[in-house]
Amino acid sequence: MSHASAPPTFKPRPKGRAARIAQIIPLAVLLPTIVTTGIYIFVFVGWNIYLSLSTSTLLPVYDYAGFDAYTRLWRNPRWTTGVWNLALFGALYIILSTIVGIFLAILMDQKIKGENLLRSIFLYPIAISFVVTGTTWQWILNPSTGLEAFMRNLGWESFTFSLITNRETALYAVVIAAVWHASGFVMVMVLAALRGVDHDMVKAGQIDGAGMMKIYRRIILPAIWPVMISVVIILVQFAIKTFDLVLALTHGGPGISTTFPAMFVYDRLFAAGELAQGAAAAVWMLIGLFVIFLPVLTLSWIVRRQKGATQ
Amino acid sequence: MTLVSENIPDLDRKRPLGAKKILGRIALYSTLLVLAAFVLMPLAVIALNSLRFNEDILRESFIGWPSRLTFENWSVAWGEACINASCTGVKPYFVASMLMVVPATLISTAVGLINGFALTKWKMPFAGLVFVAITIGVFLPPQVVLLPWAITLAWLGLSKSLAGLALVHIIQGTCFTTLFCRNYLINLPDDLIKAARIDGAGFFRTFWKIVVPLSPPIIIVTIIWQFTFIWNEFLFAVTFSSSDYRPITAALMSLNADDTGVSEYGFGSAAVLIAAIPPLVIYFLGGRYFVRGLTQGAVK
Repeated sequence: MSHASAPPTFKPRPKGRAARIAQIIPLAVLLPTIVTTGIYIFVFVGWNIYLSLSTSTLLPVYDYAGFDAYTRLWRNPRWTTGVWNLALFGALYIILSTIVGIFLAILMDQKIKGENLLRSIFLYPIAISFVVTGTTWQWILNPSTGLEAFMRNLGWESFTFSLITNRETALYAVVIAAVWHASGFVMVMVLAALRGVDHDMVKAGQIDGAGMMKIYRRIILPAIWPVMISVVIILVQFAIKTFDLVLALTHGGPGISTTFPAMFVYDRLFAAGELAQGAAAAVWMLIGLFVIFLPVLTLSWIVRRQKGATQ
Repeated sequence: MTLVSENIPDLDRKRPLGAKKILGRIALYSTLLVLAAFVLMPLAVIALNSLRFNEDILRESFIGWPSRLTFENWSVAWGEACINASCTGVKPYFVASMLMVVPATLISTAVGLINGFALTKWKMPFAGLVFVAITIGVFLPPQVVLLPWAITLAWLGLSKSLAGLALVHIIQGTCFTTLFCRNYLINLPDDLIKAARIDGAGFFRTFWKIVVPLSPPIIIVTIIWQFTFIWNEFLFAVTFSSSDYRPITAALMSLNADDTGVSEYGFGSAAVLIAAIPPLVIYFLGGRYFVRGLTQGAVK
């Protein structure tokens, strides 16, 4: 970088027209993004909220019907079941992915041979689409084609594994596929955080005779905590947007036992011709995201401030 | 709990390995191998099935070793299989995906890089606010903007076209790429930019001569992520496309949903693999950058 050694005798440019133009260029470059992002976020979301307050059915109608669509929404069992399914699925998915991911990361952090290969194997599902994930697991879990047929062919005639066709358990099939998809991602994130832990501090702590609990609490947990917040934020997003995975895996069934809010929105908008209700459901998805994000983001802010204070 | 003690350089390395430690290593490796086998299983099952005859799959089960091999599934899946009553295989959908993904990836990456530069290295009056808006754009559930997008695309005359779909991905993707590139470029030393400005270089010259040559790591990361995300995306793909120009994720769902008559798992598996190959190739070729994108850019 020969530019860096410019002679120090240089005089700043006078603030003329050229300087003002130079100031405008970066703004002009950003303008398209500011405009499109502004439209996409504020206008589109506002538009969707507006339509949720209208009487729109098959086509958008711009009148005002108050919260009529919202009341009808919460009386619709497809929606309430979907919300309940999402709560249960989301909790299981986030907790299990995190546990499995941390477990994998700790195993991978033991100076093992073939770490790169194993990491590639554990992480590859995240590169695969939910459609492919859902289709594949549907074939494996389906009693007539998958594991059940396989075991029965081996001679175990009474083997039953009908997770996916059973109303009570189909949701757990979705959890299995989703945890399979996300665990490697959690592992990579946690592993990166563990590698970022200051080993000198850990060693110093051990020499000082600090117990494992203390080293964990004082050195390791603070190091991986911010990463865990990022992980949870991303998993919450995945959970709330869950759509194609369920569609490919169970089609929301049997019955409506694995229906989700994201599926409900799509169904109302493009199949049932209930635009206002679909828009209202989408607004609730946004509210749900905010309600979950607010405490998480506040927590992240507090952690960051504490970290800043101790340094 | 062994996490920490294994991590630090062994102070007493000279000591021979105890029986307890050897057992520990055996347990460790066998756990890792079992878990790796479980994670690989779905891909292996699909890959094996794509080489089996359909009657073998139906007679035995979906999980099984091919007793006799066939490569016909691949050619049927690629060029002959019937999806939504048109028997063209997945080829046109694969091509449609490429036609949409490649320009959307390149444009959103380029715009993101130059945005990131403008946001971090030039004093902008409301850079903070723009940054917040872009972050919201990354997290917004797509369902909230689905209906406005549909109406707007129809108004622009772009509904049910690949161009409309690419446009949606470019605009939404720009939030993501700008965030990525901003987080990378903020660590670029300001002195470099100042020096270039003192030498009389303007915005674009500085961008070309200083920023672009220093950005290949983030450009690769961004391209990998945009390509993978847009290729795998389904909701927009199915909403904003017609049966003539359907991206492969949407086509695959139709194939999967066609429960008429005998299920064709043989070429179904090949079709699933064809849909999974581009992101997998990118993942294995750019693995290092894929992981870097995960652990650095995406989550700050």
